[in-house]
Amino acid sequence: MSGSVLEIKNLHVSIEDKEILKGVNLTIKGGEFHAIMGPNGTGKSTLASAIMGHPKYEVTEGSITLDGEDVLEMEVDERARAGLFLAMQYPSEISGVTTSDFLRSAINARREEGDEISLMKFIKELDKDLEYLEIDQNMATRYLNEGFSGGEKKRNEILQLMQLKPEIAILDEIDSGLDIDALKVVSKGINKMRGEDFGCLIITHYQRLLNYITPDFVHVMMQGRVVKSGGPELAKRLEAEGYEWIKEELGIEDETVEQNA
Amino acid sequence: MAVETKLPFDKEYIEQFSNTLNEPNWMRSLRLQALEQAETLEMPKPDKTKITRWNFSDFKHEYTTGETIPSLQELPDVLKDYFDQDNLPENLLIQRNHTVAYAALKDELKDKGVIFTDIFTAMKEHSDLVEQYFMNNAVSVDQNRLTALHAALVNGGAFIYVPKNVEIEEPLQVVFWQEDPELALVNHVIVVADENSKLTYVENYVSSNVEEQTVANIVEEVFAHNNAKISYGAVDNFAEGTTSYVNRRGVAYDNATIDWALGQMNEGNTVSENITHLIGNGSTSKANAVTVGRGTQIQNFTANIVQHGKGTDGFILQRGVMKEKATTIFNAIGKIEHGGSGSNSEQESRVLMLSADARGDANPILLIEEDDVTAGHAASVGRVDPLQMYYLMSRGLKKEEAERLVIHGFLAPVVSQLPIESVKKQLTQVIERKVY
Ligand SMILES: Nc1ncnc2c1ncn2[C@@H]1O[C@H](COP(=O)(O)OP(=O)(O)OP(=O)(O)O)[C@@H](O)[C@H]1O
Ligand SMILES: [Mg+2]
Repeated sequence: MSGSVLEIKNLHVSIEDKEILKGVNLTIKGGEFHAIMGPNGTGKSTLASAIMGHPKYEVTEGSITLDGEDVLEMEVDERARAGLFLAMQYPSEISGVTTSDFLRSAINARREEGDEISLMKFIKELDKDLEYLEIDQNMATRYLNEGFSGGEKKRNEILQLMQLKPEIAILDEIDSGLDIDALKVVSKGINKMRGEDFGCLIITHYQRLLNYITPDFVHVMMQGRVVKSGGPELAKRLEAEGYEWIKEELGIEDETVEQNA
Repeated sequence: MAVETKLPFDKEYIEQFSNTLNEPNWMRSLRLQALEQAETLEMPKPDKTKITRWNFSDFKHEYTTGETIPSLQELPDVLKDYFDQDNLPENLLIQRNHTVAYAALKDELKDKGVIFTDIFTAMKEHSDLVEQYFMNNAVSVDQNRLTALHAALVNGGAFIYVPKNVEIEEPLQVVFWQEDPELALVNHVIVVADENSKLTYVENYVSSNVEEQTVANIVEEVFAHNNAKISYGAVDNFAEGTTSYVNRRGVAYDNATIDWALGQMNEGNTVSENITHLIGNGSTSKANAVTVGRGTQIQNFTANIVQHGKGTDGFILQRGVMKEKATTIFNAIGKIEHGGSGSNSEQESRVLMLSADARGDANPILLIEEDDVTAGHAASVGRVDPLQMYYLMSRGLKKEEAERLVIHGFLAPVVSQLPIESVKKQLTQVIERKVY
């Protein structure tokens, strides 16, 4: 059996009455890795937030479905339990709640009452993933993201990804702020998730990440739309030549959403 | 406002009460004098809370016994939550109504001269010692009408004394259980750590009166002599029908420490003041307090550290969660007296509002009469951050569960200070019960 399908059709999203996404179409299937690239301010994080259900973003048109189920009808937590995961560009700090307490609650949230993960099993699996991601053991007992460095927060997002094992994950600039070694470790973690049952949407500015995680599809976002799609070679060309050629090809003057608003 | 001067108890009643308890003369005369003073003294005036209409004088007071508890394996259900069955305390006093239901103190501590007993036994067996500390140097009888009333009507309490150079690692725990739902508890606790000694004390106040109206009038006096260290934990859990006045006072001498961790989880209206005098040079105190307000209850918490000695350190940390239509005022006062050079004073008060109808107020106040000092304060009254909720829920946590985590996280800095693991658990449970 293959994994889930996330289908985004003609998605329009506004924030504070300003339209940011203007008709995004994208389908991600289990087993596929997609990358989205695009200049700053073109709506990439907006897409990620709308999929997850961020309270500030309003979907004005279009649909998002997961295996045919209407995602837009679901609360944020229901989306997560349905199999979606978003590694955020800026994860929140939760004072007073340890990373491990939080993770255990999150794992149990996906399980039936009475079928909670045993403490022993939880600790074993957590230790395994901490080691795999070369994260210091003491992060588990530190308060979630509080005082974490930028790179530590990113690693922690991937730790959560590995622990929660979603069907479809969106990773928003998981590579930003990472040093070379951390980038390798984080990529290793993401690659470990690869499989028939796991689909992934990777938002990034840099080909560098895609050297470690080879995408099956690369999409370019401008002006709140996916304006071009291709294979891994598209990312390489963007890295070498920037976005100018696409703008020329499509007759776009300014790539951001701002101009068109 | 006209001060209500008529008291429901007269001289004859007090005399008879004192006789029933077979008290030393000094206590009897102290009671009688206090009764006179109570008639003219004014009620306390907690900042920003009006308590003139609260019931502090109409209650059942007469001496009431409680059944003994033969063993901790047979604890009444009400108390079960307060103990960890796998780790029962070895030094424990349970006061049930006005009598001792259970008392245990390790022989080793008895041999070292540790006194750990109810206040009336202490008055008989260690009369001079109790007299020395009873409303003399910490809380004075004439502080206000309620302290005077307290002195006149004391009907329960504990006395703890740790001699010089004795360090006790295991905690001393007292449970004050007001089983009779109408009975007022006028409870007096004295904790004395003599020079170079060390102790951990934890107390619980428990009652179950929801409909019945009564009063708790509590005075506690805590003394840390030179180089002594007291770690003091409390979980107050009076039920809705009890109106409480709680006056906890600490006095620390040279290089002494008094650290408070107070779980103020009463369900009824409450005025609580926790004042610590850092008399000695190099003395320190942390005053940590949490509360959860719900229903229509009104609470006023004042924490005050008065720093007299040189090089003292005072740190106040208050956290409150407000639900429904509850009102809570936090006053955090750091005062460095003239002569307290090289001292440091910090206050932090934070209130988390869970409902639009709740009211919360955090007032940190710094009063400094010396130049060479450091001080700082922070206060906030806020709501649960929607972005935190979004983040937690995006991992699959239901809204209530996410909120629960945020609340526990918010209170964690104080809860984690409680000196006994089982009491920490117990406070967490009480918080859970009050929040949901
Ligand atoms: N809260 C907000 N209020 C107003 N405008 C906003 C808000 N949040 C985002 N925007 C705007 O929406 C547009 C798209 O933002 P988005 O974060 O989706 O861009 P992005 O493609 O992720 O950019 P980057 O590569 O810099 O992360 C930007 O113009 C941004 O300024
Ligand atoms: Mg972004």
